[in-house]
Amino acid sequence: MALKIVKGSIDRMFDKNLQDLVRGIRNHKEDEAKYISTCIDEIKQELKQDNIAVKANAVCKLTYLQMLGYDVSWAAFNIVEVMSSSKFTYKRIGYLAASQCFHESTDVIMLTTNQIRKDLSSPNQYDTGVALTGLSCFVTPDLARDLANDIMTLMSHTKPYIRKKAVLIMYKVFLKYPESLRPAFPRLKEKLEDPDPGVQSAAVNVICELARRNPKNYLSLAPLFFKLMTSSTNNWVLIKIIKLFGALTPLEPRLGKKLIEPLTNLIHSTSAMSLLYECVNTVIAVLISLSSGMPNHSASIQLCVQKLRILIEDSDQNLKYLGLLAMSKILKTHPKSVQSHKDLILQCLDDKDESIRLRALDLLYGMVSKKNLMEIVKKLMLHVDKAEGTTYRDELLTKIIDICSQSNYQYITNFEWYISILVELTRLEGTRHGHLIASQMLDVAIRVKAIRAFAVAQMATLLDNAHLLTGNTQRNGICEVLYAAAWICGEFSEHLEEPMVTLEAMLRPKVATLPGHIQAVYVQNAAKLFATVLRGHEGVPADSMVAQETSQLLIDRLPLFVQSSNLEVQERASCILQLVKYIQKLQQKDVEVAEEVTALFAGELNPVAPKAQKKVPVPEGLDLDVWINEPPSGSESEDEGRKSKGKAVFAKEESRHTKPRYTEVDEKELAKRREVRKAEQANNPFYIKASPSSQKVYQDGVGVEHIPVVQIDLSVPLKVPGMPMSDQYVKLEEERRERNKADKKKKKDKKKREKGEKGRRRRGDSGPESEEDITPAHMVDIVTEEMPENALPSDDDDKDPNDPHKALNIDLDKPLADSEKKLPVRSHRPDEVLKSPMEDRQVVEVVPEPKKKTGKEKKEKKDRKKSKEKKKKHKQEEEEDLMGAGSEEPVQPEETKEVAAPPPASTPEASDLDFWLSNAPVPSNPQAAAAPASTPRTASGMAAVAPDSEPEEAKDTEPEETKSSTHKKKKQKKEKKKKKHHHNHSDGAGDESVQNGTVEEEEPLPPMSNYALLAENSYIKMMKQDADKVCDIQGNLQDGSQVVVSVIFENKCDSFIKSMEFNVLDSLNSKLQRPDGAGPHDGLIVPFQLPPGISNEARFIFSVQNIVMPQKLKGTLTFIVKTDDSSTHEKLDFKLHFTCTSYLITTPCYSDAYSKLLESGDLKGCSLKLEGVNQPFHHLLARICFHHHFSVVERIDSCASMYSRSIQGHHMCLLVKTADQTVSIDAKCDEPGLLGNVLDEIKLTFSQC
Amino acid sequence: MIKAILIFNNHGKPRLIRFYEYFAEDVQQQIIRETFHLVSKRDDNVCNFLEGGSLIGGSDYKLIYRHYATLYFVFCVDSSESELGILDLIQVCYITLLYTYHLQVCYITLLYTYPLQVHFILQEVVMGGMVLETNMNEIVGQVELQNRMEKSEGGFSAAPARAVSAVKNINLPEMPRNINIGDINIKVPSLSPF
Repeated sequence: MALKIVKGSIDRMFDKNLQDLVRGIRNHKEDEAKYISTCIDEIKQELKQDNIAVKANAVCKLTYLQMLGYDVSWAAFNIVEVMSSSKFTYKRIGYLAASQCFHESTDVIMLTTNQIRKDLSSPNQYDTGVALTGLSCFVTPDLARDLANDIMTLMSHTKPYIRKKAVLIMYKVFLKYPESLRPAFPRLKEKLEDPDPGVQSAAVNVICELARRNPKNYLSLAPLFFKLMTSSTNNWVLIKIIKLFGALTPLEPRLGKKLIEPLTNLIHSTSAMSLLYECVNTVIAVLISLSSGMPNHSASIQLCVQKLRILIEDSDQNLKYLGLLAMSKILKTHPKSVQSHKDLILQCLDDKDESIRLRALDLLYGMVSKKNLMEIVKKLMLHVDKAEGTTYRDELLTKIIDICSQSNYQYITNFEWYISILVELTRLEGTRHGHLIASQMLDVAIRVKAIRAFAVAQMATLLDNAHLLTGNTQRNGICEVLYAAAWICGEFSEHLEEPMVTLEAMLRPKVATLPGHIQAVYVQNAAKLFATVLRGHEGVPADSMVAQETSQLLIDRLPLFVQSSNLEVQERASCILQLVKYIQKLQQKDVEVAEEVTALFAGELNPVAPKAQKKVPVPEGLDLDVWINEPPSGSESEDEGRKSKGKAVFAKEESRHTKPRYTEVDEKELAKRREVRKAEQANNPFYIKASPSSQKVYQDGVGVEHIPVVQIDLSVPLKVPGMPMSDQYVKLEEERRERNKADKKKKKDKKKREKGEKGRRRRGDSGPESEEDITPAHMVDIVTEEMPENALPSDDDDKDPNDPHKALNIDLDKPLADSEKKLPVRSHRPDEVLKSPMEDRQVVEVVPEPKKKTGKEKKEKKDRKKSKEKKKKHKQEEEEDLMGAGSEEPVQPEETKEVAAPPPASTPEASDLDFWLSNAPVPSNPQAAAAPASTPRTASGMAAVAPDSEPEEAKDTEPEETKSSTHKKKKQKKEKKKKKHHHNHSDGAGDESVQNGTVEEEEPLPPMSNYALLAENSYIKMMKQDADKVCDIQGNLQDGSQVVVSVIFENKCDSFIKSMEFNVLDSLNSKLQRPDGAGPHDGLIVPFQLPPGISNEARFIFSVQNIVMPQKLKGTLTFIVKTDDSSTHEKLDFKLHFTCTSYLITTPCYSDAYSKLLESGDLKGCSLKLEGVNQPFHHLLARICFHHHFSVVERIDSCASMYSRSIQGHHMCLLVKTADQTVSIDAKCDEPGLLGNVLDEIKLTFSQC
Repeated sequence: MIKAILIFNNHGKPRLIRFYEYFAEDVQQQIIRETFHLVSKRDDNVCNFLEGGSLIGGSDYKLIYRHYATLYFVFCVDSSESELGILDLIQVCYITLLYTYHLQVCYITLLYTYPLQVHFILQEVVMGGMVLETNMNEIVGQVELQNRMEKSEGGFSAAPARAVSAVKNINLPEMPRNINIGDINIKVPSLSPF
């Protein structure tokens, strides 16, 4: 044995170590692969030995080889062996190798669990550290689940070195094992205040990473982070926190308000550029989130822009780059403040650094206006000439085209100029973007009718000089423009002055060297030109010779194309050749043929919207879901199920598929169809091929018929011989503007009328006032980009379904249930009992969320619910992202939260956050802060003293206490005010209710609540809220929808209440959803018991068939009142009132989708007048938003458009106007019955207040 | 998050690669080639940020790199990292590297001789794609402690240990011991308490 060891170590001396390997590879440059393969053989031998040192050495070398790209997964087991060595030296190598080459599908990872666990609990901190580091790279879901508890323990390790690593790795664990997030979160939060800065930084890091993906769930940590931000001195931590705030502000505009001041201070004081930059970035984010109607933060914008200017002017290229990057973010919302720095940005175009030039280009895109477009493009053209390197030049070229064509050529006032620019661009050598220029030429020539003559002249010149463009044809992308040129000349040949010349140019032998598809266009358009020539010369005796000569020319030249190897060219050429030969025969007989030849190419080509094809409506009577042939028999029942399911999905996702079947085809629809058909007829293959760019161009259209093609007389048509110079247009344009101005003064009133018209046509996207003055030389003929009528901003979750972060969207504000305090271990999870033991008060208070019912029979339901909840959260996130301050969910933020994560237990916290965010003076004393925060009801005159605890602490350490105090208060209050229907559920009144819906106004809104008293007796009080609907998007088996009703049960007596059973008499239309197996008359057991004075919330799901009518359901609650010596059975009857409103879901809507919806004509109108409403308009809107689940689409002064959608997908639009205490509401909906009822309910709401 | 750390020389030969997300070996090599191609054609006096290549990342990712004589240090990071912060971090890594194992001139051979040791330093700076420590003293301290431990176990190979002792005997006036990544150690002004 001893001998063996000695032998092993002697062997080792002769083994290659890593350095030898490296050196060896270096010395075998010529046959590296061969050398390495011999080395791998050696390594294989070494791995077979028993000596761990030899193995470690081999693994060491393998790690190096892995870096060079060699697969070493075959040695995975040996790596595990080395990992399990007791010596730190080897262990470290083992873990390193594992972290380099293990991944989720490495099967030996299973073997490592125990080894890692042993290392994690090793007394040596470096063993633990190495294991943590390694694990962070190859953690799998299994490892995460098995080791989560061990790692959680390490988060409280005595050594900060271990603590910080354990904290950091938790992020990886969460990703792989999302269930661990909730149990681990409280501890993670503690670590934010760890004494060691490294640990603190790690915790901040992890939470920022989590919050970045699901910011909503971390909003409640804002106060804590705010504190950290003001106290921390570690710039890394600060940067992270500030970045985090940047992600949070869009969700909570009030947070932004609060941040602006400290951030501004930081900007002023810090000397660290990285910190400064992040501050500026976050301030920008705040300003963006506030941009909807905040009192101007122009000072902040100015500060940002000014600081960014300093960055951009810095000699450090990095700062310059970042400055431009941040500038582009401001540009989106505050273009004006950036535009004043145009000089600086243009200067950056001259920078030697390409990245910086590209950034500057990006900025330019947003800075153009009608006024400066020509100037900017001129500058860019100069750069194009100067630019070395084709990539940058190509980039410039695309940018020029982008800038000019953006939003439907909005900024172009003179299209002759634009054509000249395009023609100038064709002189670029070696660009790849010939097709881009070509498509622009086509687009402009087709759509701007007034420009055609000019365009044709230019194109003819291009064709004439084709040899300049076709230097080396095959590689040169620029010859693509000849495609456009030929087509334009042919199609609009009536504008050609000398068609003969052009025809001759198109038939030159050199053309045969062009790519096939271009030749084909040449041939086809030569025929068109031929027709034009014939028409021009026939009838006049002297000219008939010319016509015949032309025929002869074609007959001479076309055979060249007939021999083409390109099939398309060949076919067209031979076809046309035969035609011309025939024509020639006729000509010789003096037959007039021009008319007939022209007829071959007659008809105007209209531009067709790229989506027109898709838009073709389904003809009446055609049911796309019906089988064309009978389906193979056998599985009929199955088919049926699938069919109905499919239908449901259709109806939910895109109502447009089913709509045409139900709606009457009205005039408009018919007209539209005719239009489309016409467009299709006029179609020819060339056109479709040639307009890929139109996709980009037709951004938002106005119907053709709305825009008459105004031909403004351009007094001096430029005659430019040869290639045009765009510069001349710049001068000309200036003159023209001068003249226009003078004209305008003269015909002031006339202009006014016109302008009014134009303003209307432009659909509100007109530029700033000054730009109005610039009349365009040519109007662009726009084709409507027709969208499906009912298209809404995408409801579908466009997030990547595989995104691991999706699983981490977990509500963290909910207090932990007992069952959750420890991480669940999969195999030994005890089946929990549904009912909580009554002694444990805390548990009683824990929300009986369906999630926590782990009973097996509930599992399925649970899953469904979870997913539903998740979906809803996503949706809500989207909503909040999409909508400005004015249009959030039901107005109160607490309520918003509740919709997302319903347990009432979270409300104290929510109100903490609310309080913190509210504008109430911030008390410096935490105790003072706690008092109002945790006593939301003191506003109504209660002198209650709250437990003195800081808000954050109250959240995690003493949730019970805070809560119970809230409840106490509730009770006390009730004693005072016996019956209060609009119970203000857990939010502050008066001073702290700066509501979400009206952030811009500082006036407080009257408190609102959706909880209404349901029934009450001496024992118990029920309140219901139905604000909260789940639209069953999954389209379960029925087409039906679900409504969730939250009921708060409050124990008013001094005895214990238990065995509550909730039952509702189902109607035909609405049914209470009962667990599988329960009969239709069985009650639902309320999953909690109520100690005296306690209230809790339970949720019940109803399925509803028809949502047009409001309805009432009778129900009974039975329960047992238990006193010390006796217990009595009691019951309470109640009526559940489902209003039509409760079938509406707050859905955001873009204003353009909204207007499309209104235009579509599917909606039936109805209106309502309310007299004597003397509320501020924003209160009014907030009320409608809150009580009736609408969202504000757009608000202009005292007029607002609102939108909502029913759970069955009906659209409902409101136009609310107010004047002199009179509110008029014009409403439209595709379901008139529903609309009428909702309007009645709105009326009721306002009559009550 | 940091997605990858690549160190390669002026010829694109990898000296250290560290991916925090799984890529197969051949893809890794492709990424290195692509990154090298992107980075190597840039002048030294241009900015250190690059929009990510096609293989690694996407629009959210950036390449942040520094070029030291013959070596490129490239970090591929997403938008949650501060660009300037990462630049400073690269500096910290580099200086730690020099400081722990070698002298300023010999860095050419550095990664040849001690490929794994560089990994060990990096592990103290970045863990699983997240920045673990930015304080250079702390990093150097931990690495040295671990190396000492290795030495006490007899050493895997004597060379690194020798290097450590060599480092200790050399005084480095121009290597400030207290580099706190550039300017990132500024006292935050007192803000209004809340």
